[in-house]
Amino acid sequence: MNPMSHLTLTQRFHAFANPARFMALSDKLIAPFGFVTALLIGAGLWYALFNSPADYQQGESVRIMYVHVPSAWLGMMGYMIMAGASLVALVFRHPLADVCAKSAAPIGAAFCFLALVTGSLWGKPMWGTWWEWDARLTSMLILLFLYLGYIALWSTIEEPQRAGRAAAILALVGSINVPIVHYSVVWWNTLHQPASVFRADGPTIASSMLVPLLLMALGFTLFFMTLLMVRMRAEILRRRVRALQLALSEV
Amino acid sequence: MKRAFVSLVRRDVALAVQVGGGGGMAVFFFFVTVALLPLGIGPNLNLLGQIAPGLLWVALLLSSLLTLDRLFQADFEDGTLDVLSMATLPLELTVVAKVLSHWLTTGLPLVVAAPFLGLLLNLSGDQFLPLVSAMLIGTPALSLMGAVGAALTVSVRRGGLLASLLVIPFYIPVLIFGVAAASSNVMPAVSTQAIALLGAVTLMSFVVGPWAAAAALRANLKT
Repeated sequence: MNPMSHLTLTQRFHAFANPARFMALSDKLIAPFGFVTALLIGAGLWYALFNSPADYQQGESVRIMYVHVPSAWLGMMGYMIMAGASLVALVFRHPLADVCAKSAAPIGAAFCFLALVTGSLWGKPMWGTWWEWDARLTSMLILLFLYLGYIALWSTIEEPQRAGRAAAILALVGSINVPIVHYSVVWWNTLHQPASVFRADGPTIASSMLVPLLLMALGFTLFFMTLLMVRMRAEILRRRVRALQLALSEV
Repeated sequence: MKRAFVSLVRRDVALAVQVGGGGGMAVFFFFVTVALLPLGIGPNLNLLGQIAPGLLWVALLLSSLLTLDRLFQADFEDGTLDVLSMATLPLELTVVAKVLSHWLTTGLPLVVAAPFLGLLLNLSGDQFLPLVSAMLIGTPALSLMGAVGAALTVSVRRGGLLASLLVIPFYIPVLIFGVAAASSNVMPAVSTQAIALLGAVTLMSFVVGPWAAAAALRANLKT
């Protein structure tokens, strides 16, 4: 019988807040998560590189998309996870939420960066330029700035509790501002640039391309989750070490 | 409460004016930056006139970033902020008072200086009014969002640089709408639209800024 079945919903919520329980659970989950991730990304890459057609306009470089699009999705999802965890940390003082927000940031930033780099690599043969001040590119770049600011704030304030609260406030203010920034950039872009550079609506994606894309997206998401668990475990251990060191120095 | 608010504003303005390092320095920096840009771009007046609104806005953003550490740093270091946080005036209103005095001693002087610097950059005659009104509407948002960055980094030694990095992304809408208000003299409708949106951004930061800055101050004051 499930040992938690007699608990109410709130009690379960708090039971998962226990870092020791999280450590035990994640210890069991990381290996299967990693295995499925490898399976999905392996299958996705095989489809993407060998078993999908080249685009009639973009040729072989369309294959960059299978890495680019999932990275961009996860770059945005990372921020949502960070902001959501920050809200939980501020409102409920959930001890793991804090750890989760901190651990999600570098992963999200890395995916954001990956999306920008792969987009740039794709843009050189397609648009003939490494960088285009397109609304989406610019928004993604600003998202990367937001990530980097968040990470910088965590690293400059030494005490985890204080740093956590400050970073959570920044993430929440950021999440309120992200739509404003995004739409201002879209508006700016339509003012300055005719949309003719980009096809307004590309051909709807063929199923031979959709299968690898979805496999990769799912694989990337699981990869994100696995990394998040690993990083959260490392962060919890780091805090334990810090607490022990503080206790030792007081002896 | 009203008296406390007014006296706080008065104190901060007096401190900024008398101690120095406030608005005067920011205006000086604004002036120097604007003088530097033609040296980098070249003395072509036609080109300069074309990009003048953007140059002025960017220089204004940078100058106002420079003064952010003045908002809370000194009061945090000498303990005034601890006292203020225990006063009857809610910390949110304290933040508003400090933001107001920051704007009066930095934002407003910068806006006043902007048209004169526009002359140096060959800003065309019909752009002065939209540019200055956009700046008047937009600069409070800079102080309000800047307060969040300053409050978050108040306990960090030399946090000025970090505060700038944190708030620059939030300044982007002000920059975009501010430049659009001034540079679209071809289409007057776009200009009014941009000014309206700029007002919306300022109001939005008035909702978010003081609350977030006060929360950040509380987090930093708790030791």
